[in-house]
Amino acid sequence: MNLNLEKLFYCPTHEWISIEQVGGETIGTVGITSFAVEQLTDLVFMALPKVGQTFAAGQEFGEVESVKAVSPVYLPVAGEIIEVNTPLVDQLTILNEDPYTKGWIVKIKVSDPSQTSALLSYADYQKQCSSGH
Amino acid sequence: MTTSLRTTPLHSWHVSQKARMAEFAGYDMPIQYTTIVNEHQATREKVTLFDISHMGRLRFEGTRAVELLDHLLTRRVRDMQIGQIRYSLVTNVDGGILDDVLVYCLESPSGRNYFLLVVNASNRDKIVKWIQPHLADYPDVEFTDVTDMTAMIAVQGPKAIETCTKLLPPSATKLEYYNGKVTEQFGKPCIVSRTGYTGEDGLELIVRAEDANRVWENLLLSGRQFDIQAAGLGARDTLRLEAGMPLYGHELDEQTDPYQAGLGFAVQLKDRTFIGSDAIRSRKADGSLLVRVCLMIEGRRAAREGSELYDMDGHRVGRVSSGTFSPTLQTPIAMGFVPPALAAVGTTLEADIRGSRAAARVVPLPFYKRK
Repeated sequence: MNLNLEKLFYCPTHEWISIEQVGGETIGTVGITSFAVEQLTDLVFMALPKVGQTFAAGQEFGEVESVKAVSPVYLPVAGEIIEVNTPLVDQLTILNEDPYTKGWIVKIKVSDPSQTSALLSYADYQKQCSSGH
Repeated sequence: MTTSLRTTPLHSWHVSQKARMAEFAGYDMPIQYTTIVNEHQATREKVTLFDISHMGRLRFEGTRAVELLDHLLTRRVRDMQIGQIRYSLVTNVDGGILDDVLVYCLESPSGRNYFLLVVNASNRDKIVKWIQPHLADYPDVEFTDVTDMTAMIAVQGPKAIETCTKLLPPSATKLEYYNGKVTEQFGKPCIVSRTGYTGEDGLELIVRAEDANRVWENLLLSGRQFDIQAAGLGARDTLRLEAGMPLYGHELDEQTDPYQAGLGFAVQLKDRTFIGSDAIRSRKADGSLLVRVCLMIEGRRAAREGSELYDMDGHRVGRVSSGTFSPTLQTPIAMGFVPPALAAVGTTLEADIRGSRAAARVVPLPFYKRK
């Protein structure tokens, strides 16, 4: 699967979410961007949520730790965790190599699809990254 | 904001290498050029260069310079031989640590003896201010802050000495550990010392600011056969932590005395008085003060500065002063302060890491020792 990065939504805090409709439900797949992975470098640990947990938009749902620091990971829109990419925990290199496909972190049942309108477009996110943040 | 920061003579080189730059002690410094782990391992296995020009360099000359320094430092200066370097501390009247320093006893090519104090960048202004009022009592002492007119480069790693053999006279590359001398590098003055802050063998070079880039480039060229690379402050921190070396502002501060910090070796109280000696004497006997320990943390999450430490009954007993994930040991390591009763090697504590507890075992210092 090759994601079209221009069709994803982004958070200023460097998470991405892809949205798809599955059997009447809005399902979101969430990860962190290659810019975030590059900034973190030397990843050593990832804490993931449990299936069934619910989070508000912008709420911390996990953390990724590098040698230098620990960074929280925020959920772009509100939802319930329906799947967790557990192999990541033992293979953080996946994040380095492929943050947009194999490196997805969680899938969620999106509570309110309209919340994506508050997120950044690819162009806006690129603009933010090129300013170094 | 960047414009207000101080820069070292090597600043434009760091920027040209696209190093990740950040403010440290008022300087715009390279944190990493590649990744921290890459630069850390290169230092442990090969050789790296660090720009440490931000460290403060203070020169004392004059017949009474030795008296002045003996009054200011926790370790005796008057018996130092030319070429010797000592790790020492500057303490306040309460015995709290104002800075940890290296004292160099040197002889200039013209045969003049002087002392050099290498101080932490973050403490340079404070230490200069601390020294100033004492100068009046030692009028013959010529005190000069030579930081801005010089640069300082650390060459560290198992290949550090070989890297320098082509560039420095044999007398400089054959120096004993914690010895230094004034020498020349291609006809330009240079102070070389067998010192470092990484736990590896190596040299530190002090050169004139205008020679810094040439020396740096020469070192890169000479070390190319060993895959030499530059390393930033990120790796410097993980390296010193593995080597069990304290960092001012973390393990050391004005509320902490040398014995608490485990730096008794840097204090000589017998037959001496210096600023803070009385207080240090009584604090040494005070068993209620927290002491520094090295900790290995269970799991993969690092207990970082500020992480609280608990005993097995759940009482809060201390806190972590520095912590990271050790690239060499592949486990989280930390230093922290706990009551002496809980400081014995083998004691198990718990560290609170952002709301969850992880076992923290007291281990001997250092975490890493080179073979």
